[in-house]
Amino acid sequence: MHELSIAMSIVEIVQEEAERHGSVQVQAVHLRLGQLSGVVKEALLASYEMASEETLLAGSKLLIEEIPVEVMCPQCKAPRVVRSIQWFCCPECGAPTPTVLHGKELEVVALELCE
Amino acid sequence: MSNEPRLAEVRKNVLKQNDVVARSLRERFRAAGVLAISLVSSPGSGKTAFLEKTLTLLHARYRVAALVGDLATENDAERLARSQAPVKQILTGTMCHLEAAMVQNALEGWDLNSLDLLFIENVGNLVCPASYDLGEDLRFVLISVTEGEDKPLKYPTIFNSADVAIITKSDLAAAVEFDEALARRNIQAVRPGMEILKLSAKTGEGMSGFLQFLESRISRPPLPPRNKVTEIKPVARLH
Repeated sequence: MHELSIAMSIVEIVQEEAERHGSVQVQAVHLRLGQLSGVVKEALLASYEMASEETLLAGSKLLIEEIPVEVMCPQCKAPRVVRSIQWFCCPECGAPTPTVLHGKELEVVALELCE
Repeated sequence: MSNEPRLAEVRKNVLKQNDVVARSLRERFRAAGVLAISLVSSPGSGKTAFLEKTLTLLHARYRVAALVGDLATENDAERLARSQAPVKQILTGTMCHLEAAMVQNALEGWDLNSLDLLFIENVGNLVCPASYDLGEDLRFVLISVTEGEDKPLKYPTIFNSADVAIITKSDLAAAVEFDEALARRNIQAVRPGMEILKLSAKTGEGMSGFLQFLESRISRPPLPPRNKVTEIKPVARLH
């Protein structure tokens, strides 16, 4: 389980940002989490609570937007979202799809700050 | 408390620190002409036996070295040292994966220019290592015939992150009624086009094919057969 160390990195990044905004309290953190990031949402949420204690993020919410796996279909020549990460193929034509365009994201995209 | 919160855009990759170190490692490997290969698998899939065999076979013709990650004990490094290749253990303590900075620290004092090939054996774990780039050129995922053909479907993320799949312990395939075609299908389902090699470190089956694959990726030609100095060594020990 590496979600705790991921949560600690999130806290570190957000703490720095909050300090740049004058050490304001953070109400919520918006995170984009790809289905192929290797991070489990539930474990991350639990770890976040622990990691944010006694920081500017204490009591804040971690709002996770899950990003599905988008691949490039070599047959249709178009981006497609796979139906399952156990089957990397085009949902339209069934062609195997080795090229992953999205789904590995693990990024903080926005903060809600208290003035 | 009644104040409306203000939304501040950030856009920061959470693993940026790791990615920055990984990128610099990759550049160092490229500049020194070192092919860096990481190994991931579940515990007990035969990573160390496979690596020991590989190091032993390659040691005569290429300058190879290995880093091995484990939570505790230096047993693996001791085992691998029998191959005579330089080996360093990375003890991760409670960490379930290697990070780029650990690799960077472990390489301190090593001259990469004196290497052709570096193996980085990750901690036995098919979950966490998927998220961390170690700066490697290729990631090998190992699956032993005793694990079941559906491993790729259970851990699609790490299989998708790897470049080559190695089916190990092929000598036991018949005994455990391993369905190779099914395993191959499952690997291709989670990573279409992935190269698959099957071998046994114990009997040597498939090792020559594997070595050929490796040699096609190594940038330098093999060294001439070992010189006399190395051959004299065991004799010198007798005195």
